[in-house]
Amino acid sequence: MIRSLPNSRLYTLSFNVFVILYFVFLFAPLLITCILAFNDSQFPALPWKGFTIEWFTANTPERVGIFHDSINLDSIWVSAQVAFFVSLFSLIVGTLAAFLFEQEDFRFKSLLYFLMLAPLVIPGVILGISILMFSNTLGTWFENHWQLDVGLFRPGFWLVVLGQFSFIATFVTLVVSARLKKFDISLEEAAMNLGASRFQVIWHVTLKFLQPALLGAGAVAFLMSFENFNTTLFLVGAETTLPINLYLQVRDGSTPVINAISFLLILGTSLLAVANLYFGKRSA
Amino acid sequence: MKTQSRWALAIFLTPVLLWLILLIVIPHIDLLIMSLRVENDFGDMTWSLSNYISFFKEPIYWLTFVRTAVYSILVTLLTLIVALPVAFYITKVVAPRYQGFLTLLLLLPFWVSELVRVYGWMILLRESGVINHVLIRLGILDAPIEMLYNDATMILGLVYTSMLFMVVPLISVLESLDDSLVEAAYDLGAGMWTILFRIIIPHSTPGIVSGSIVVFMLTLGNYLTPNLMGGKNSLWFTEQIYNQFIASFNWNQGSAFGFLLLLLSSAIIWLGLTLTRQKLSKVIQ
Repeated sequence: MIRSLPNSRLYTLSFNVFVILYFVFLFAPLLITCILAFNDSQFPALPWKGFTIEWFTANTPERVGIFHDSINLDSIWVSAQVAFFVSLFSLIVGTLAAFLFEQEDFRFKSLLYFLMLAPLVIPGVILGISILMFSNTLGTWFENHWQLDVGLFRPGFWLVVLGQFSFIATFVTLVVSARLKKFDISLEEAAMNLGASRFQVIWHVTLKFLQPALLGAGAVAFLMSFENFNTTLFLVGAETTLPINLYLQVRDGSTPVINAISFLLILGTSLLAVANLYFGKRSA
Repeated sequence: MKTQSRWALAIFLTPVLLWLILLIVIPHIDLLIMSLRVENDFGDMTWSLSNYISFFKEPIYWLTFVRTAVYSILVTLLTLIVALPVAFYITKVVAPRYQGFLTLLLLLPFWVSELVRVYGWMILLRESGVINHVLIRLGILDAPIEMLYNDATMILGLVYTSMLFMVVPLISVLESLDDSLVEAAYDLGAGMWTILFRIIIPHSTPGIVSGSIVVFMLTLGNYLTPNLMGGKNSLWFTEQIYNQFIASFNWNQGSAFGFLLLLLSSAIIWLGLTLTRQKLSKVIQ
């Protein structure tokens, strides 16, 4: 059964085979995607026609590599900007929320806590349509009452940021709260006895303690935003984010450029993941 | 430190209230209101249940709804059946020095965008795909077959996508299982299945519940995987919502669908929590 007990050879062998098959299942699609990014063929498929990096660097009429593909490059840039603002806002509001739920007492606290968790169990598609509709209702109201045309209420960049923020802030709140629970409150009390104000204490003592959690939460928030599809689908305007743009290309047939982008994404996220786990482990 | 400072409370509370009321509460009330409004013959909006009535009258709508719910439950079960042995292997069977490395390896693919993962499966499975190429080269197949765009591959894709959310809670509950319990049961003559059903599964219930809730919710609300891997036959309810919003531009009908999906996912989550007597705030951590 477990390490410390005698196991039959069949049991150990079949368990090992099962886990190996599981890891093959886990990595096969990613490895194939990466390998075919370097195939010298017009299609992301076998047979293997030789190694090339043209799907990254070429700029000819037949082949435009990712480094010259302005549509895909633009959408990467849009996604990066969205992810920057989403992680910034989520970090600020999520940290305030963590302080609110861990260190303050007020009426209806448990109700508000329940509401804060709600975005985790609302399907992303629903979150997208309800925010789309509410912004549309607001936009119509402003136009009818004040003849104001507010760009913010139309699908576009800032609506995507708000939509993603609405549930990513919950993740940040949970991560920061978990770290804040481990905080030794006597440190704050000591600082206060020595004459620091509440906000000086938070700035100089508590936030220093929270720093690793904030970095980790920020990285996860950035990644979640960068990769979000379901909520973004309904809120996106003319500036498409990378997942939406890739989806449109994959749906209508694909070229190895998508493999090249996927390769870069896999490389980037793996580095970020390893760094996050490494630093997370050191601070724990 | 429970301070009495009203300023601190106000500074913490205001942004949180703005976030939850403006982006969560009011939009969902608006969703409910919109779903109860229809245009009458004079072009004015009136209150009506007709958006909900047409859902029950058109078999394609409610059949898709039921199909999505049943398949989501199936995906949740399959994910659990695959994930439990993997989590058990990593926490209890493999030599401890490989544990950290295997956990890292397990989590790595899920940092990559869902779109890239689905795309990988498409390259593998489609008619001109890698698996067909290999099978023909080996002489097993004469002509390529289309392996994409059917229910089986759609379920495969959904299980693959949601695996992480099952494995992580399972690993964390199994880590807290004391080995001596299993050893004691073994010494008293319990067989493998007895140990599994009397010790391991009861101990893992909190992890199983939280994993299942998240997997179910994500599967039910998934648009990308059914759409790309199930193709035209996927008939997933989120696609109906998308069609009402983007293709037919019937927002009122779409809101009714959205609200029904929200009700379904909340009901199943509530049921799962009640049956196992757990709290949402506990489960999510």
